Amino acid sequence: MDSDGEMMSDVSSPDDFLDTQASDDDSLGDGGFGDLDTGFDDDNDLFRQQRNPHEVEYKVLNPAEVERERQDQIAEVSAVVGLSPELAAVLLRFGQWNKEKIIEMYIDYPERTLDRAGVGPVTEGRATTEMIPGFLCGICFDEGDDVESYAMRCDHRFCVDCYRHYLEQKIKEEGESARIRCPGNNCQHIVDSQSVELLLSGEIRDRYHMLLTRTYVDDKENLRWCPAPNCEHVVDCSVKKRDLRRIVPTVQCACSHEFCHGCSLPDHQPAPCTLVKMWIKKCEDDSETSNWISANTKECPRCQSTIEKNGGCNHMTCRKCKHEFCWMCMGLWAEHGTSWYNCNRFEEKSGSDARSAQAKSRASLDRYLHYYNRYSNHEQSAKLDKDLYLKTEKKMTSLQSQSGLSWIEVQFLDTASHALQQCRQTLKWTYAFAFYLARNNLTEIFEDNQKDLEMAVENLSQMFEKPIPELAQLKVDILDKTAYCKKRRVILLNDTAENLKNGEWSFNVEW
Amino acid sequence: MFASKRLSKMQEHVPPGIAIAKSENLEEWQMDIKVLDDNPLYQNQTYRLKFTFGSKYPIEPPEVQFIECAASSDTPRPIPIHPHIYSNGIICLDLLSSAGWSPVQTVESVCMSIQSMLTANSRNERPPGDSDFVSYNRRRIRDIPFVYEDDNV
Repeated sequence: MDSDGEMMSDVSSPDDFLDTQASDDDSLGDGGFGDLDTGFDDDNDLFRQQRNPHEVEYKVLNPAEVERERQDQIAEVSAVVGLSPELAAVLLRFGQWNKEKIIEMYIDYPERTLDRAGVGPVTEGRATTEMIPGFLCGICFDEGDDVESYAMRCDHRFCVDCYRHYLEQKIKEEGESARIRCPGNNCQHIVDSQSVELLLSGEIRDRYHMLLTRTYVDDKENLRWCPAPNCEHVVDCSVKKRDLRRIVPTVQCACSHEFCHGCSLPDHQPAPCTLVKMWIKKCEDDSETSNWISANTKECPRCQSTIEKNGGCNHMTCRKCKHEFCWMCMGLWAEHGTSWYNCNRFEEKSGSDARSAQAKSRASLDRYLHYYNRYSNHEQSAKLDKDLYLKTEKKMTSLQSQSGLSWIEVQFLDTASHALQQCRQTLKWTYAFAFYLARNNLTEIFEDNQKDLEMAVENLSQMFEKPIPELAQLKVDILDKTAYCKKRRVILLNDTAENLKNGEWSFNVEW
Repeated sequence: MFASKRLSKMQEHVPPGIAIAKSENLEEWQMDIKVLDDNPLYQNQTYRLKFTFGSKYPIEPPEVQFIECAASSDTPRPIPIHPHIYSNGIICLDLLSSAGWSPVQTVESVCMSIQSMLTANSRNERPPGDSDFVSYNRRRIRDIPFVYEDDNV
């Protein structure tokens, strides 16, 4: 099987508005999926050397690198269009950091671009505060020749105190940075960083700069914060929002957290983001209660409202539609005559029709529960495996002392544990994915792959739980099984990703 | 802090259709407003606005809403019917939100904006979802995530 080195450029058109990430520095060769090691040993500028169909190209950046990247872009635009770096930054933010587009727009329509970006007419000279005779501040109504005041290029002049309070309010209370407008009424002029530098100092100025960097990441579609707690890294991946129907862009941060670059949720391959969202919502609505509903309720044969019978006789009157029916046979109550308290009319037509409608709705619930139970089982097992993982270290130490193996030699348990986690995560989402699949030949192959992986995982999981003395003897076996699990996972993911990319799957929902 | 000077300035000159009903302190003012044209929806009616000034006014917007005075009182003040005014008096107006506010705005400019909001309206209706909003909203006015989608009314 070949890995597809040009997958991204297949999917995104090269002249896209937001396509600022030049990808000419990627040196991806074709190769099989021999690369089963998912470990990362370097967080800087590392592209994966070999890529499977289910993998995407990405890069992990640390905060300093993000800031450097931002400064580089500002410097470049500033040099080309001949504006100060502060104004170039406002322009870039306005154009969502698409350098080429901004430069082009500025060269074609300099004034209009500046105006729309909130820069306004550019005049010479550095920003300074001034004392102007006869000045009256429109905010505090202080007046006098000795009042220090400031105005940006829009010439809305306010006293320095008011200006400062205004900026502090915006930065501290509202968390704004890149989009703070001039305090003047209806003025679209953006307060540039030079003005902020001039007026503010210390902590609040640092906060402003931090927020600015943050908006840079938020503004750029290809950048995403690692959602792991306390992680400051940013992942750069060029998969576009509209490609998310065909790609599940899973990335791994330098902190080792694996997440989806499209939606920030933890790795949910093979299911695409939209289906994942639908599934999560459905489970929130349904899962807790549906088991109970299935066991304790029936639907009204006319309006399908769910009814719980909490006592009383079999003569049911639906609260909602006033339909009268028999709880036992689900038939019309009117046909019951006088046999009120026990129903022996199970074969009548009205009853059997109602029951088949009932069966249909039950069947759809059963189908959901089938997938949900397996989904939640893997979620649960992954949690248990994680507990096991925490014990692994302990196991490894005791294994070392009991078996005379070296630390390096007992690392296989760590690898096995990690593989288990990852495979269960994948399996879990295969069930959510399968729930939305319409049956055809492809789903048969998918289910076979799913079954193979599931068996491999359960086998490994079982071995993993063996008492410590036996583990040392099982080393080769566990290593084999671990490799096999990883391989089955890659096969499943590649198959699903290929079909997704080529639009081969058919679904039983619109999304 | 800045408020005193600008509020006292207001008392010197009040625009037409606007009157100060209560301004004893710098925390809360009440203003009476009337429409200046012959819009049949609001003709011959006076409405009362309550302004609550926080410590950061005018950097932060004041809280502004209509308040009701009983029809039997000396000064009957109903809540005007308008697609952007809820029946509890809360007004959905961009310039009263943190994002739309400019510190240059004053009590009189806010009153005038609301005046013109009434003048321009021809729909005799409350905002959609009025009753739900009125019974469930417990937030401060400026924190309500209004959507200012239609600028026609």
